[in-house]
Amino acid sequence: MTGKRGAELSAKIAVSLGEGYHVNSNTPHEAYLIPLKLTWTPAPLEVASVIFPKPHDEKYQFSPDQPLSVFTGNFEIVTKFKVPADTTSGPAIIAGKLRYQACNNNMCFPPKTVDVKLPVEIQ
Amino acid sequence: MHLPRLHRVVSLLKRWLMGTHQGAVSHQRVFAFIRGYNRLMRALCVILVLAALLTGCSSGSRTVKAASVRPNKDRKLAPDFALQDATGHTVKLSDYRGKVVLLDFWATWCGPCKIEIPWFQEFERQNKDKGFAVIGVAMDDEGWDVVKPFAQQRGINYRLVMGDDSVAQRFGGVDALPTTFLIDREGRIASVHIGLTGRRDFEDGIQELLQTGAGNASARSSAPAVLVGAR
Repeated sequence: MTGKRGAELSAKIAVSLGEGYHVNSNTPHEAYLIPLKLTWTPAPLEVASVIFPKPHDEKYQFSPDQPLSVFTGNFEIVTKFKVPADTTSGPAIIAGKLRYQACNNNMCFPPKTVDVKLPVEIQ
Repeated sequence: MHLPRLHRVVSLLKRWLMGTHQGAVSHQRVFAFIRGYNRLMRALCVILVLAALLTGCSSGSRTVKAASVRPNKDRKLAPDFALQDATGHTVKLSDYRGKVVLLDFWATWCGPCKIEIPWFQEFERQNKDKGFAVIGVAMDDEGWDVVKPFAQQRGINYRLVMGDDSVAQRFGGVDALPTTFLIDREGRIASVHIGLTGRRDFEDGIQELLQTGAGNASARSSAPAVLVGAR
C-alpha cells in the first residue's frame, strides 16, 4: 500500500471460512456471544473506520428458535486509514488483531486472535 | 425344530404301527406312544408360549447399548486436576474416586453446551444418591465474572470449576466445546463425547457405569459441593 501524508487509504482483509463453519458477526444478537473484532495499533496511521460486510441470520441445531448473526464463507473487512500530515515518510508496518469465535452445527471453538500486518509506503 | 415335519413323521409312524401290527397289534403300546407324544407336544407348546412372552416383555423395555462405554481393558486413568470452584475451594478429580463422574468442558459463549446443561442438571438430580456427580469445567477467559451469573440464572445444581489451558491439554487437548468425559468409579475414562451429543448416549453410559461396582464402591467423602446456582 502506498499513502501520501494527509491522504486517506483503505485496506481489505480477506477472510475465508471452511464449509460448515461460521463466526459471530461484529454485532451478535446476544451479549454473551463473542463478536468478530478488528483492531489496529494507532500508529503510524490513524484508523478512520472499520467496515464489516452485512451479516446474515442463521439457525443452527443448537439454536433452533433464535437465529444467530453470523458470517460464513468468504468475506472482506475494509479499514479506512488517514495518513497524518506529520508522519515520517518511508516504509512502515500497520499492525492489527482480528479476534473471532467459530462454531459449526454442533460444536464451538475457543475465541482466537490472529495478528494482521500491512506493509505501507508513506510518501 | 420344525413342528409340521415332526408331526408328519409321527403320523407316519402311527400308521406304520397300526399297519404292520394289524392282527397282532399291541394296542396298549400304541396308545402309550400316542399319550407320550401328546404330552411331548403339550410341553413344547408351553415352552414356546413362555419364550414368546419373555421376548414380548423385553422388546418394550429400555436396553442399554453395550457400545455406550469402552470395555474395561481399553479405559485409561483420567488425569487428575486441582481446580478452583466458585468459592475458591480446590476440587480434585481424585476426590471423586468411587463415583461415576460426568466431566463437562464448556463455556458461556458455547451454544451447543447450553443444550446439554439441562440434561446434566437432570442427571445430577436423578443419580447423585447412586454415586454419581457432574463436574462442569468452565473455559471462559473472563472467569467467574461471567460464569457465576450464568450459573445462577440457570440454576446449575452441580459443581463448577474454572478450567485453563493446562487441564485442557492434560485431557488430550480439549479444543472443541462441549467435550464431555464419562469417568468410571476407578477414575478411568469410559467414554468421550466431542460436540453436541444425544441425551440417550449419556444416559446409557451413565447407567452402565452405575451398574458396575455399585456394591463395592468405596465412595470417598468429598468436600461438600458449593453450588453457585442451586435453588
